[in-house]
Amino acid sequence: MKRQRYRMPDGGRIDRSQPLHFTFNDRSYQGYVGDTLASALLANGVAIIGRSFKYHRPRGVFSAGAEEPNALVQLEQGSHTQPNLRATQIELYSGLKAESINCWPSVDFDLWSLIGLFGRIFPAGFYYKTFMTPNLLWPIYERIIRQAAGLGRAPSDPDPDRYENINTHCDILIIGGGPSGLSAALKAGQSGARVILADEQNEFGGALLGSDDEVDGGPALDWVEKTVGELEEMAEVRLLPRTTIFGYYNHNFLTAVERVTDHLGVSDDPLPRQRSWRIRARQVILASGAIERPMVFENNDRPGVMLASAASTYANRYGVCFAKRVVVFTNNDEAYRTALIFKKFGIHVSLVDVRPEFNGDWPRKATAAGVEIIFNSAVTGTRGRRKVKGVNISAFGMDGNLGETRHLSCDLLAVSGGWNPTVHLYSQSGGTLTYDKQRMCLIPEKAGQAVNVVGAAKGTFELERCLKEGAREGARVAKNLDFVGSGSVRSKSKTVLENEQPLQPKWLIPSRKHPEGGPSHFVDLQTDVTVADIALAAREGYDSVEHLKRYTTLGMGTDQGKTANINGISILSGIRGEELPSVGHTTFRPPYTPVTFGALAGRQVGQFLDPLRRTPIHHWHTRAGAVFENVGQWKRPWYYPVLDEDMNDAVVRECRSARKSIGILDASTLGKIEIKGPDAADFLNLIYVNSWNNLEVGRCRYGLMLGEDGMVMDDGVTSRMAEDRFFMTTTTGGAARVYSWLEEWLQTEWPEMEVYLTSVTENWATITLVGPNSRKLLGELTDDINLDLKSFPFMTWREGKVAGVPARVFRVSFTGDLSFEINIPARYAISVWTACMTAGEKYAITPFGTEAMHVLRAEKGYIVVGQETDGTVTPGDLGMERMLSKKKDFIGRRSLARVETLRSDRKQLVGLDTEDPSTVIPIGSQIVATTKKRPPMDMIGYVTSSYYSPNLKRSVALALVKSGRNRHGERVYLPMENGTISALICNPVFFDPEGERLNG
Amino acid sequence: MSRSRYSIFSLARNAYSHHRNWPKAWRSPEPKSAYDVIIVGGGGHGLATAYYLAKEHGLTNVAVLEKGWIGGGNTGRNTTIIRSNYLWDESAAIYEKSLQLYEGLSRELNYNLMVSQRGVLNLAHNQHDLHELSRRVSANRLHGIDSEILSPFQLKEMVPILNVSPDVRFPVLGASLQRRGGVARHDAVAWGFARAADARGVHIIQNCEVKGFCREEGRVTGVETTKGIIKSPKVGVVVAGHAGVVAEMAGLRLPIESHPLQALVSEPLKPLLHTVIMSGSVHVYVSQSDKGELILGAGIDAYNSYAQRGSIRIIEDMIAAAVELFPVFSRLRMMRQWGGIVDICPDASPIISKTPIDGLYFNCGWGTGGFKATPGSGWAFAHTIAQDRPHAINEAFGLDRFITGALIDEHGAAAVSH
Amino acid sequence: MLLIDCPWCGPRDECEFSYGGEAHIKRPENPDKLSDAEWADYLFMRTNPKGRFPERWVHTHGCNRWFNAVRDTVTHDISATYGMGEDGPEGRS
Repeated sequence: MKRQRYRMPDGGRIDRSQPLHFTFNDRSYQGYVGDTLASALLANGVAIIGRSFKYHRPRGVFSAGAEEPNALVQLEQGSHTQPNLRATQIELYSGLKAESINCWPSVDFDLWSLIGLFGRIFPAGFYYKTFMTPNLLWPIYERIIRQAAGLGRAPSDPDPDRYENINTHCDILIIGGGPSGLSAALKAGQSGARVILADEQNEFGGALLGSDDEVDGGPALDWVEKTVGELEEMAEVRLLPRTTIFGYYNHNFLTAVERVTDHLGVSDDPLPRQRSWRIRARQVILASGAIERPMVFENNDRPGVMLASAASTYANRYGVCFAKRVVVFTNNDEAYRTALIFKKFGIHVSLVDVRPEFNGDWPRKATAAGVEIIFNSAVTGTRGRRKVKGVNISAFGMDGNLGETRHLSCDLLAVSGGWNPTVHLYSQSGGTLTYDKQRMCLIPEKAGQAVNVVGAAKGTFELERCLKEGAREGARVAKNLDFVGSGSVRSKSKTVLENEQPLQPKWLIPSRKHPEGGPSHFVDLQTDVTVADIALAAREGYDSVEHLKRYTTLGMGTDQGKTANINGISILSGIRGEELPSVGHTTFRPPYTPVTFGALAGRQVGQFLDPLRRTPIHHWHTRAGAVFENVGQWKRPWYYPVLDEDMNDAVVRECRSARKSIGILDASTLGKIEIKGPDAADFLNLIYVNSWNNLEVGRCRYGLMLGEDGMVMDDGVTSRMAEDRFFMTTTTGGAARVYSWLEEWLQTEWPEMEVYLTSVTENWATITLVGPNSRKLLGELTDDINLDLKSFPFMTWREGKVAGVPARVFRVSFTGDLSFEINIPARYAISVWTACMTAGEKYAITPFGTEAMHVLRAEKGYIVVGQETDGTVTPGDLGMERMLSKKKDFIGRRSLARVETLRSDRKQLVGLDTEDPSTVIPIGSQIVATTKKRPPMDMIGYVTSSYYSPNLKRSVALALVKSGRNRHGERVYLPMENGTISALICNPVFFDPEGERLNG
Repeated sequence: MSRSRYSIFSLARNAYSHHRNWPKAWRSPEPKSAYDVIIVGGGGHGLATAYYLAKEHGLTNVAVLEKGWIGGGNTGRNTTIIRSNYLWDESAAIYEKSLQLYEGLSRELNYNLMVSQRGVLNLAHNQHDLHELSRRVSANRLHGIDSEILSPFQLKEMVPILNVSPDVRFPVLGASLQRRGGVARHDAVAWGFARAADARGVHIIQNCEVKGFCREEGRVTGVETTKGIIKSPKVGVVVAGHAGVVAEMAGLRLPIESHPLQALVSEPLKPLLHTVIMSGSVHVYVSQSDKGELILGAGIDAYNSYAQRGSIRIIEDMIAAAVELFPVFSRLRMMRQWGGIVDICPDASPIISKTPIDGLYFNCGWGTGGFKATPGSGWAFAHTIAQDRPHAINEAFGLDRFITGALIDEHGAAAVSH
Repeated sequence: MLLIDCPWCGPRDECEFSYGGEAHIKRPENPDKLSDAEWADYLFMRTNPKGRFPERWVHTHGCNRWFNAVRDTVTHDISATYGMGEDGPEGRS
């Protein structure tokens, strides 16, 4: 265990009474409650945290927040591991384990960094220019590239944690809990509006957490505490710390992720790890602050170079001071604060300001405190390969020429190039940005949605004005929503310093070294994009901002260029000799910071991925050992193996029983729709190809439904329950679609029709009895339905009691055998099913599944919509043209009269009689008229259904074949991977072609 | 015209001169007053068309007019998958042509498109999927397109992180594999074609928006642009999502709707997934780029839109599906998401066609599947424009099919996937 | 995620609705009288404007009623929703 060499004895928001032990790269360290991993590592003097993406240069902590480009780590191990986390955002917890990524064998000695030696021949986009010959080698090059690229490692085991989603509405969502966000929240909260205040950090305060500002005459953080206390008391205000609003979508719909237990480390906590919020806000107040902009100079990427605000934050918030001599390099006033803070801790500070000497309050104060100020100068480079040891400084006049170089030694270089408002969410919302020439940054211009921007996010950088703006907007937005509560106290900060000097728009500092003599001036620290890369891209014509981004990968890292993009664009604009606004900027895309997949999936995982539907008889099937198949959302029994039967054995047995004695099928998944109203028959006439007016009450009819394009869409039996009432059945998979289809036509095209639709799929269970003994069995279960042939003919239905339960029994058949479909209210399904099974024992009643059902119907040449059809099949193709009514219009009719649908050589339904009767052709096999030695071969059709028929003791197959109906008796071939199957085209009805078995 | 050839040697040579002597990859000329052919739209398809006009048909007096920056539409927004395992003969033919062109394209264009034939797997999750899969694989094989079926066991060997447990909501029952399928670097396709077309004399004109058509006696004679009127007897329009908008300028109605199609990438990771995996039933497709990012896509948003943004719901569903297939994805993070605008035909097949207006040609309706077709589409469109009649390979993709009913319904094969 | 103002239920999330494409396309009274081209126009041809677009939605997971909306296909702003058979703010196109 090392002591915390760079921790100051007091100060900051860490709790020195609560030490925490953690390991980084297998070494043990100590930090405190309140630390981030970054602050704890800095306290322990760990300078190199990771390696850069391309050149594997050593990199340290650069920032103190979400913008961190460098300090990425692999957190934890095994199934809990997470790659690419920013050390600056990881709250330290006891036992934390982290390691560096993208280096081998270690972060301190990384062999990949040899690439840097050849950096000169690997400029931006080098991979587009090489590795092309010979072709065969590219996969090898690519393997090496892939190994070298990437950052952290994915876990190797499934995620043990749980996530959840939550939906909510609010009047005002305030994004960011810094000074402007807090004062906006206070006002909005006082108004009585429903307010959500979200902040990505573990505590509210924003920039105040790392500063030594004062508000209302006391430390700013006292004000924060008081304000948060007041907000907590308000019933309609919800505070969401550790919550990043990451996306701003249409109609003020925002998404956030709350880190619920991440800061507790690996634990068995029952709480979810993260929670994703979906928030619909009437108004949004964006108080997301600003991100400091770095300066670009030679070797500006070395460990020990840090944003000035971050350096202040580590000192003020975390009590970490890891330097003996500090150089601050700035083009604006803000960094003078940093100088003063370090001076306060008694550290030697030099401040290099690119601006000409000026008399302002800041220089005066700094000089008085003993800061050495070097005006009109720039840091032109750093020394110290593994950590900054010193800087080179040159006079840097308005002409851009460098003067004499002098050397200053230091172990921390704090840089500030001004501030970029955090406009990511504003841009995502559809708001436009404009370049503020005075503040030299992109600021919100025109909102695309109900969003109001306050504070630094708007370019308002002074604390006093942030407080004022927040309070004003909080009250105004609430008032616009008709919330006018009380509360008039306004917070004030210290007087703003007078004589502020504007920022000087200089970010790029040339050096004496050739700027393109190898990687040196880094613009994007994570993706290793240098000034030379940008110049090269522009030279080669990739000079629009989007081309620049894509060609160089500027801003494409995990930080999405938060500290890089604006500098990159301004350097590009310099090269193009244009003003920055005319160069434009790339689009800000969600998410603001990376979001865990698990949190986005929420509870929609495992069995909850998609709703699962089970029939009311499901548990019986389970107990009977059924193997299920998924059909749409339904679980349907596929077959019921007995003892050690395999699928084939079971299906053979089930098929035989259904034809020989009696089989029983759970057909409850059939779609069922009640169609009621005086115009019901007319409506069906339009929906189905056949006619419905003349269907008598008590009778059933098979109907075929087309899309308006003339293609078969669904089929099923529809029965007339009363003059004005029909009961439609649809395919299992088509139920929802057909119901919506009917509603659509009724509501949108024929609203004058008086027809009412009710989906009753789940209200009725359907038990189908199939086989010669089905009449006998049903007779034992009912005494009020006359089952004899004359009283209950084929394609009729009767109402009565079955097993004591009110039922509708339909004499329809999907197998060609005598068959009854018993419909009973779903809640009685299991009792009727059990009654059938018990009474059927003497007939060896056999439950059969969907596979046997398919065999039985295929033996008869009955089609299944979705199997014999695929959205390109007409009734004529199926040999059903006789069904088409000529007396009426119906949906799809006109399409059947088009050139293409009238062709005689369309694919038509046929049977296939295999040469070897035991050969079962795989479903889907393509058919050719003549085989060739090698492809391509002309395909004339394909097999839609194919099974072994135990009843016929041979295979049966249905197929769609070009001009098939005229080809009966022709020999065709099915080239398979191993050999060719030969078959004759035949009639698709294989079993009982005369239909004698229908009546039992 | 001089330009330096790209190679490891030229890279090394240029390193000595600090890369100061690389020429522009393509010029940015001011438009001439007239060209032999104008291509509207500087995406991959448009640039490919210009390249093949020059290469195959000797037409070099050609301008590509691009509203913004080249490759900025769907070319730069897709999930970079290339494959040709389509169901119908017509589709298989043109996508296979495209894949074959891709196979030699890096060298032909002297621009590394990073064509990576790492295999494309299409998963089956139920019996119906398996039947469809077997139908498509059978058709592909007889077409001469490499295609095979893998069992869950073989799949697990090939993709160890794939969850093939039978006890999940959508068990994986098998997959088809096209080994020649894979991915390519999308931006490079646009840039490579642009550079090669430029080298053959084609003018690539960015920031030049077409505002209308010049017509005389029922035929097109040029276009009105933000850079003035540019004359040409032949205008080929290939503007993807904006096809409807440009068609309206010409007074044409198209059977096309424009929808958002969203995609996302994870943070970069060390190699984890070595093939492309697509699932129509679970609605997701995923691959890992050479940079290490997982690239995920899924279905379109339901509504018409030109906004290049969609609803987060689609993203959530796609990620849920990905986590279902790959449980180890759960702790990874989404780094960036975006949307493109796809133009969709009723039969999910494209239009590469002459129009009722002489001299005006349209190439559109690629929907979610345009990237993989880029070279083939350009090749066929170039032929159609140069010869004023379609090549056999795109004959079936005419506008008249919507009248005759000869649709090429690829919903089964394209469905969600692309 | 759009917020759609169902004329019967009020504003609800997009995920409660299903999309129905372009509005005000009337099924031809007498399809037989149409040429193949005219029939194709009804079947397949659509206006696909960049801007205000009259379109149809159905509140599938709500009242199950169809209605029309005018939505901007660039900004996604919905300027009106109105019942089937009613004229929109711009009349029937």
